[in-house]
Amino acid sequence: MKIGIVCPYAWDVPGGVQFHVRDLAAHLIGLGHEVSVLAPADDDTPVPPYVVSAGRAVPVPYNGSVARLNFGFLSAARVRRWLHEGAFDVVHLHEPGTPSLSLLACWAATVPMVATFHTANPRSRAMTAAYPILQPALEKINARIAVSEYARRTLVEHLGGDAVVIPNGVDVSFFANARPRPDWTTPPGDDGPDGTGGTIGFIGRIDEPRKGLPVLLEAFPRIVAARPATRLLVAGRGDTEEAAESLPDAVRGNVTFLGMVSDEDKAALLRSVDLYCAPNTGGESFGIILVEAMSAGAPVLATDLDAFSLVLEGGQAGLMFPNGDAAALAEAALGLLAEPVRRAALRDAAGRSVLKYDWSVVAGDILSVYEMVTESNAQVSTTRPSMARPGHTGAGITRTGSARFGSLSSLGGLVGFGSGGGSDGPEPGGGADNDSERSPR
Amino acid sequence: MKLVLTQYTELVVLVAVLVLLYGVYLSWTATRLDRLHVRLDAARVALDAQLVRRSAATLELARSGLLDVATAVILATAARSSQIAAEDEREYVESALTRDLRAAFDDPEELDQLRGTPEGADLVQELAAAMRRVQLARRFHNESVRAVRQIRGYRRVRYFRLAGRAPDKATFEIDDEPPAVFAR
Repeated sequence: MKIGIVCPYAWDVPGGVQFHVRDLAAHLIGLGHEVSVLAPADDDTPVPPYVVSAGRAVPVPYNGSVARLNFGFLSAARVRRWLHEGAFDVVHLHEPGTPSLSLLACWAATVPMVATFHTANPRSRAMTAAYPILQPALEKINARIAVSEYARRTLVEHLGGDAVVIPNGVDVSFFANARPRPDWTTPPGDDGPDGTGGTIGFIGRIDEPRKGLPVLLEAFPRIVAARPATRLLVAGRGDTEEAAESLPDAVRGNVTFLGMVSDEDKAALLRSVDLYCAPNTGGESFGIILVEAMSAGAPVLATDLDAFSLVLEGGQAGLMFPNGDAAALAEAALGLLAEPVRRAALRDAAGRSVLKYDWSVVAGDILSVYEMVTESNAQVSTTRPSMARPGHTGAGITRTGSARFGSLSSLGGLVGFGSGGGSDGPEPGGGADNDSERSPR
Repeated sequence: MKLVLTQYTELVVLVAVLVLLYGVYLSWTATRLDRLHVRLDAARVALDAQLVRRSAATLELARSGLLDVATAVILATAARSSQIAAEDEREYVESALTRDLRAAFDDPEELDQLRGTPEGADLVQELAAAMRRVQLARRFHNESVRAVRQIRGYRRVRYFRLAGRAPDKATFEIDDEPPAVFAR
């Protein structure tokens, strides 16, 4: 199958959507499909052979955060050329609800379309102004996918209509088979009820309060007070000096900042720790880092966000604590560090529940959607005459409609230009589900 | 007199332009609606195809000789009824098939036994995939119905009969929840 995928966010900036697109493309190519990804990237950025650059993205303030926009007609022309040259059987758009490359492709494409909604921007009054412009474009999408039940609810409430839930994919075996690093593991005998230690991991941008590191750092001295040898390993971009400022001197030695880590080190870290903590305070629509930790066999202690609760199956596959409650975090962490049996039980439960997130399953589901959409469209375009409205005739009806729309879409494009026609999505840190902290490949 | 005529001409031109613009707008709305009808037809074709696939997979499993005879008879009957059901019984019959499948596959151990043979593993895999696809296809179908109805509800669509003779389609409401033991 010839598949075109549109990634709205700059390829060279790490983020959840970009990684999803990258891994999906790699898996589909592995299954023997022809895949082309259209993404914003500087022309001198090295990109994999399957990526087509849509040009440089320009940062512009949009809806409360900085969006990187691919402006107007040049981008629109690149999108049209990509669609034309690709002659795709199906086009898969990511985040077409935001003003982005995906929206441009949605306007221009006449082939069957599938769209994945990773998250929706919080509803704002300014954005409802763009809704009448968005709607005719979004109507063209044949199948809508949400990455979580939570993302689906957001979509239903904000844009209307329904979507099927197909989660983000994770390469479970990559994490399950990673080798623990001795310097990141707790020395034997130091954990459990009689030990005084344990290792807690955190991965995420340390200067982004939504990722919740301040809550964990507030709780950490209490944990050290009860188990003096406990270590905290923090991986992620950001100013470590500033982050460590709130820590009492006595526990500063127990905290190690690792900076940005590679995919391999990330997996090794998750394999090594006794406990993975996700103290995020909000803004998550899925929580892929939890699935990665669970795949690696790290017991998870996370905030009771809706999105996390769904991944942790309401607490069966990982423990949860009230959002922002450092005392509860400390208590739960101490309980888990003292009880290896409970950790093992969580690990088993998590190991079973992550299987549905494995790329083999997720890519299979997404392919089923592609097949359904392309097969049924092929049948309808050849057998349609009986369904014709008055004034429309013959089997070419789909094309007639599309061509007519095409001629008017330039008008719509003009109207849309000011409030969201030609642009390229908020920065991943803004609205996107972007809880992964990995280096770009 | 000349002045009045000029004003009159301007008015005519203005009205003509407005009518033309509204005509373009109506035509564009009709195009949107037409495209949604095409999308709905495609979604219905996909849903029918997946339902057929599901009943075929059920029938094949029932006739494989791998199930006990009572279960086989129940499933074969349910699958056959789904294939021959009249249009107005579709929802009832497909829900019944789903429930029979859930009743037949409620024991994880029995399912593991069935999956133990290569043929059984294939058949169960095919049935599970078909059931998942029914769920996906039904969502897409009902979403299309909703989108069509929304536009057909517009005043300009009703007054100018932009929907033409395309029939108003209903959503397809069935129980399509697969057996819990199929969860991967």
